[in-house]
Amino acid sequence: MAPFDPVSAAVGGALIGLAATLLMVFTGRIAGISGILGDLVDLAGGDRLWRLAFIAGVVAAPLVFAVGGHALSAPAMPGWIIVTIAGLLVGFGTRLGSGCTSGHGICGIARLSPRSIVATVTFVAVAMLLVAITRHAI
Amino acid sequence: MRTISAFLCGLIFGLGLVISGMTDTTRVLGFLDVLAIPKGAWDPTLVIVMVAALAVSMPGLMLARRRSPLLADVAAWPTRKDIDKPLLAGAVMFGIGWGLVGLCPGPAIANLATASPMIIQFVAAMIAGMLAHDFWRRGLTKREAAMAADG
Repeated sequence: MAPFDPVSAAVGGALIGLAATLLMVFTGRIAGISGILGDLVDLAGGDRLWRLAFIAGVVAAPLVFAVGGHALSAPAMPGWIIVTIAGLLVGFGTRLGSGCTSGHGICGIARLSPRSIVATVTFVAVAMLLVAITRHAI
Repeated sequence: MRTISAFLCGLIFGLGLVISGMTDTTRVLGFLDVLAIPKGAWDPTLVIVMVAALAVSMPGLMLARRRSPLLADVAAWPTRKDIDKPLLAGAVMFGIGWGLVGLCPGPAIANLATASPMIIQFVAAMIAGMLAHDFWRRGLTKREAAMAADG
């Protein structure tokens, strides 16, 4: 496990909050990744250009960071069956629940939205329960 | 201008994810593993990231609310307040997927930069899940409309 680095965590978190603020100030949009990606790939969706640009920015970030001399390494992942099931659940679930960690967790809680607070508490609690089962019960 | 600003916002967002360590599944799962708290092996990073993000976005979005967006006619603020079944069911499904791998949509997208086959697989499955939802939702709306017409 990498050592806990509270300064990097705080700086990174502040940048995420700043990006969410700037996206609203400039384009009038909520920085919810599942919403932006979902509407980008939705066959009936429109207004795709800014969504594509935002997603491209997120993908470009680790590359920009790597230019600064930091290693670009893929994170630890389980086998492909678990990866596929998890991906499907994350995709379907974030669309059904109208948001993920960014849209509900950061933008929604910042607005004190009751829906976002309930959603965030729910998905964090479920994920904690799941990790408790997979790491300690099986 | 709107496209460029969206790209830059995505870039800042992604840098935040990378710098904070949220693209690292080990860190995220280390936070979700609350049973590790008594052993002193719990990773509190996600809490710090969340608090720091909210410390900026809370005043930031409050100020943004006072005026119109600079590059759009209207701001797309969410308006719903009701806690309904889809919200809860969706959050439960997302929580299971998140807990299985330690990736939520933002970090999954940022990790595409590593060109790792497993990340590509995850994002492809995630997009398939999103499309499946939209397809199912449209079918449901059509059936509901048909039933209302029959009634």
